[in-house]
Amino acid sequence: MRINISKRKIRDRFVAKIEELSGQNLLACYQCGKCSAGCPAVSQMDILPNQIIRFAQLGFKDELLKSKSIWICASCFTCNARCPKGINIAEVIEAIRQILLRKREDHVQVQKLSDSEKGDIPPIALISSLRKFTS
Amino acid sequence: MKISYYPGCTLKNNAKNFEDSTLCSLNKLGIQVEELPRWNCCGTVFSLATDDLIHHLAPLRNLIRVKESNSDKVMTLCAMCYNTLKRANERVKSDPESLDKINEFMYREKVKYKGDVKILHLLELLRDEIKFETIAQQVVKPLKGLKVANYYGCLLVRPKEIGLDDVENPTILETLTTVLGAVPIDFPYKTECCGAYQTVDKPDIVAERTYQILTSAQSQGADIVAVSCPLCAFNLDHRQQHTVKKYPEFKHIPILYFTQLLAIALGCPEEALRFDLHYVDPKPVLKEKGLI
Ligand code: SF4
Ligand code: SF4
Repeated sequence: MRINISKRKIRDRFVAKIEELSGQNLLACYQCGKCSAGCPAVSQMDILPNQIIRFAQLGFKDELLKSKSIWICASCFTCNARCPKGINIAEVIEAIRQILLRKREDHVQVQKLSDSEKGDIPPIALISSLRKFTS
Repeated sequence: MKISYYPGCTLKNNAKNFEDSTLCSLNKLGIQVEELPRWNCCGTVFSLATDDLIHHLAPLRNLIRVKESNSDKVMTLCAMCYNTLKRANERVKSDPESLDKINEFMYREKVKYKGDVKILHLLELLRDEIKFETIAQQVVKPLKGLKVANYYGCLLVRPKEIGLDDVENPTILETLTTVLGAVPIDFPYKTECCGAYQTVDKPDIVAERTYQILTSAQSQGADIVAVSCPLCAFNLDHRQQHTVKKYPEFKHIPILYFTQLLAIALGCPEEALRFDLHYVDPKPVLKEKGLI
């Protein structure tokens, strides 16, 4: 894969916005990979948690905003608990989701789910899904 | 002992078995439970974005209700409510400026919130205030021979700052099940995420996790899995329906709230266990062990 690293991308407002919304210092990450090693969702992800941090450091905006992973992460906080540099990876992923959700790009349309899909889903599931995946 | 109680939405319907078994058990232990008046949904998840103050209003309003009922302590059962209430509280305690803003926003509330309510999970109440030794003395029906895999999930233990036990290897449920006379079994998935709210639009992910978590518990000889969160309970119990479609060789295993085990051991009647709300019927295995 060809990767273009540029000052322009790194200094893009996107990187600053992620740092602001997540409250994390992205450059603290030294790519040990521990976050991805313990993440229960990696088998469904297209970009792994440590790669999300790397891409965020480098300002890979399109790759991150298009990635499946940000909607696969369930904020289980395993990565946060294990990062040796104290980075809250789940908060970084939340920041990327927020950037899309604040443009009203909802990920879940509960009104489109059929009755059988909704089944006997408890309120706790519906409310948390709406809170995480809609604006 | 009297304690204020915040139930949360799901405890009043899908997880009525969690609530009823708890209320019966606490009654047996001589605890007077007072449900908060005018409580509202906590929002279920703690807002992670630094600038998103508005979503802390819902959990904090409930803490105002605690103050209004002349208490400074509140107990909750649901792991998600516990996490959300406690994190929102910690957030404003460490950031007085945001607390001021939130209070200003809730200007119609008579009480200004000061960050001074303690949030307790039922497990903490049992361990730290009622004490496990006292519970041991009140057990009338020891859960002899019942092999229990205790599943914590995420939100009772993470993040570390608010978790009620060790972040990687919690043992509070194992201690409690031992006190109740059961045999806790160890398995590597006890703090692995069940997929949580992914169950709404990606039930396949949850069916897969359920398969991994439950087959791991079964391989260690578990008769049942004990949980403490209504969302984990739904995913591990009701989603077995999907799991078995994906993995036809999968064998069902009953999922119980730890409070149902407590209620059985303390001699609560079967009505308090509400087995009608389960997908996998726990009765056969409990009958086989002579517990119901
Ligand atoms: S665990 Fe922390 S330091 Fe290691 S790759 Fe992940 S974010 Fe970076
Ligand atoms: S919070 Fe998200 S990225 Fe981190 S371990 Fe859990 S699912 Fe993986």
